[in-house]
Amino acid sequence: MIFVPQLFPEQASTGAVWIDYFYFFMLALCGGVGLTVTVFITLFAVKYRRRYDDEIPPESHESKWLEWGWTIFPFVAFVPVFFFSTAVYFKNATPPANAMEIYVTGRQWMWKFQHLDGQREINTLHVPVGKPIKLVMSSEDVIHSFFVPAFRIHMDVVPKKTTTTWFEATKAGEYHLFCSQYCGTEHANMIGTVYVMEPADYEKWLAQASFGGMALRGQNLFNKLACNSCHTGDAQARAPYLSNIYGKTIQTDAGEWVTVDENYIRESIYKPNAKIAAGYAGIMPTYEGQLSEEELQTLIVYLKAIGSGVQQAPPISNPQGVQPQPAGKNPDGTLPFKPDSAKPGTAGTEPAKQPEPAKPAPGQPAPTNPAPAKTGK
Amino acid sequence: MTPENALPKEHYLNHGYGWKSWLLTTDHKRIAWLYLVSITLMFFLGGFAAFLIRLQLLTPQGEILRNDTYNKMFTMHGVVMIFFFLIPSIPATLGNFLVPLMVGAKDLAFPKINLISWYIFIIGALYVLWIILSGGLETGWTFYTPYSTSYSTSNVTAATLGVFVLGFSSILTGLNFIVTIHKMRAPGMTWFRMPLLLWALYATSLIQILATPVLAITMVLVAVERFAGVGIFDPALGGDPILYQHMFWFYSHPAVYIMILPGMGVISEVISCFARKRVFGYKFVAVSSLMIAVFGFLVWGHHMYVSGMSPYAGMTFSLISYLVAVPSAVKTFNWTATLYKGSVSYDTPMLYVLGFLGLFMVGGLTGLFLASMGLDQHLHDTYFVIAHFHFIMVGGAVMAYFAGIHFWWPKMTGRMYPEAWGRLSAMILFIGFILTFFPQFILGYMGMPRRYSVYVPEFQTLNVLSTAGSTILAVGYVMPLVYMLWSLKYGEIAPANPWRAKGLEWEATGPIPAWDNFPVTPTVTEDAYNYPQRPVAEIERERAAGRAEGRMPELASGD
Repeated sequence: MIFVPQLFPEQASTGAVWIDYFYFFMLALCGGVGLTVTVFITLFAVKYRRRYDDEIPPESHESKWLEWGWTIFPFVAFVPVFFFSTAVYFKNATPPANAMEIYVTGRQWMWKFQHLDGQREINTLHVPVGKPIKLVMSSEDVIHSFFVPAFRIHMDVVPKKTTTTWFEATKAGEYHLFCSQYCGTEHANMIGTVYVMEPADYEKWLAQASFGGMALRGQNLFNKLACNSCHTGDAQARAPYLSNIYGKTIQTDAGEWVTVDENYIRESIYKPNAKIAAGYAGIMPTYEGQLSEEELQTLIVYLKAIGSGVQQAPPISNPQGVQPQPAGKNPDGTLPFKPDSAKPGTAGTEPAKQPEPAKPAPGQPAPTNPAPAKTGK
Repeated sequence: MTPENALPKEHYLNHGYGWKSWLLTTDHKRIAWLYLVSITLMFFLGGFAAFLIRLQLLTPQGEILRNDTYNKMFTMHGVVMIFFFLIPSIPATLGNFLVPLMVGAKDLAFPKINLISWYIFIIGALYVLWIILSGGLETGWTFYTPYSTSYSTSNVTAATLGVFVLGFSSILTGLNFIVTIHKMRAPGMTWFRMPLLLWALYATSLIQILATPVLAITMVLVAVERFAGVGIFDPALGGDPILYQHMFWFYSHPAVYIMILPGMGVISEVISCFARKRVFGYKFVAVSSLMIAVFGFLVWGHHMYVSGMSPYAGMTFSLISYLVAVPSAVKTFNWTATLYKGSVSYDTPMLYVLGFLGLFMVGGLTGLFLASMGLDQHLHDTYFVIAHFHFIMVGGAVMAYFAGIHFWWPKMTGRMYPEAWGRLSAMILFIGFILTFFPQFILGYMGMPRRYSVYVPEFQTLNVLSTAGSTILAVGYVMPLVYMLWSLKYGEIAPANPWRAKGLEWEATGPIPAWDNFPVTPTVTEDAYNYPQRPVAEIERERAAGRAEGRMPELASGD
């Protein structure tokens, strides 16, 4: 049992620093105002206490000047407070461009994580210190909320939608992860631990896992679902070619312009007819109910990977698709974080020297693929 | 001053006997009593749930309740306290009793609708009791989708219908007040001569009429999605869960002003009486109630900064949330200034007012922390929010309700409550409250999420403090229940105006109002709170003379 209560949470991220500054600023400001008013109330209540039953106080003199003064003063005072608070928010809102992505799925009542390198975890999250981490999150059932008090981050995890948040840990250690949006019976037990590790330890940890990379799993799935029977990229293709499309703004057949982001990909897979790329017919079937949230995330990662210069996979006949690869090798060339050396897998899967049948080198068109055709623009 | 030793022969409480004279009454004063009894029962039901919650949180593992039982308890606490206690508290009891007396009318504009609104309330309350007995509800009072529509196995459909029905009670009360205040003011009572409680109730009624239908629609949509599978909020059915949050908070944020605005009105009445001063800046205080009602409709998004809503929408809501704090600040400054050079006494209602001022200020200022997007990323859905909300609702609204009940008790019952016990329980409540809820601010910044039945061990010390405080708080709530009941039979007979207060309800009704309130329609010749600047004895003599001649006493003018 702890007898001296801890009064302040650990501060373990770059964003936490500014939030704490703002907190202390507000404590000083509001504490000052509150204390001043309390002093006046106490002073008046004591000094002007009723001294005999028939006491008649003198007439009050209202002061227009005073009245307007304390009406306008808070208006003026709130403006800098508002700007300070909003600045703190926006300072923390956008992840740096070099942030490393980790995919998060919330479900009743656990947290699941997929690293680009292929590691998967439940209720634990391992991250390196000093590296911006962007969390790409969605829920399989109800709304959850990802809350790590030590990082001062908080974001709802919403079903059928992608939300993001980010942090950069500054101190190695173990930190609580809570679900803070009520999600049912075991809501209070939907908690986990974030392990912030020194980079060297983190690399060691990374190398232990032995699944294929996340983009590779996505490519595998892409082939298994035969997406590339339509998204072929040749002139007669019935669907847009998907290389180099991520992050672009494309036109729909309704004439609107949409940016191809996580939520647009999700929508195009689940509700293909919602926003059809201009020039194509709405013939794609929906995959709603056929993909788990984690599978969808691998597809998103794959489309992101081929959106950054890597060519889309050609159709392959190998029913097993791509073989799993050891982690840490960064087979897709998509990881911003590249461990120099990775130990081979230890969990008894294929050795590191697997050939890569479905992975053409970046920038070099695969033989079955002609030059990128129309992208729906 | 010569206190009467006996109540008048005929007054509203002995006008008729038997259950019919109560259950079929259209008298606003008796309907106020019907509400008072019903919401007191609901208050102790909700309080019982809160007490179990605090006991559970004494230890990190939570020894006494299973998780789903705990979830049902905090849901019951929220639903009962908000929909069945706080929203009807001041309007339906003190408001029902006082609005006609304050405007100088014989009753509300629609006495029968007033009775109907109580029956609707009772139907809703019994329905919710049935839900609790038949398996409970565990969605939280917020009914967030898609949990409530597709995942919860408890009685959600029934509960939403209960809330839907209950809404009409609130709408009808609001409608009645608005019409009464517009059409039934006594001759001479202009808008800016009205007591500030009427201004506050008028603003509250506007919110009740305009916002409650949105809640009703939302609840119907939840029910439709739940039993008919129509996709509105559940994304698996093609709906949007964030839409639910927008609709829910469009009602539920203004609803917190339904709960606090009447309290602010009571504070203005009581503070002016116990400082024997006109409320400083009367017009500013009056208009600020309307400003709160209007701006209160534009800030619902500050509950949703981390919901995935656009940060630019968040910015707008944040800015307006700061602005809505200004009228509340103006009121607080004016109440403080009212004390200046007053004649301040420390009777029980005034102790509650002083408690209100301190606690409401803490609650309001911590609201600024939560209105800021930067801090809300950390504080959202933590105990900081719980503490803020309870400082406003319990430290603010409930303190004001207790101030009001003690203040008008002599007029409602014709008897005084025991003053010493009153002061003692006011102080016990204040101490118990601080001890219960202040540690929760710290817990919140430490990161303890709300609605947790078990928690990590480092939060225990503060939770133990909070639970200890809640036992003191419980004593503070049971004491008034006991001595108020006692005073109904044994309390000293009250004089007509024990506090020497101003206002028609004190000056023109005798010791306890008659069945039809005013023998003669009163005429108002002065501003509200025109406290005398000449010896009271002189005024009393004039009044006695007036009464002896059988005419309504002229209302004392201030000079």
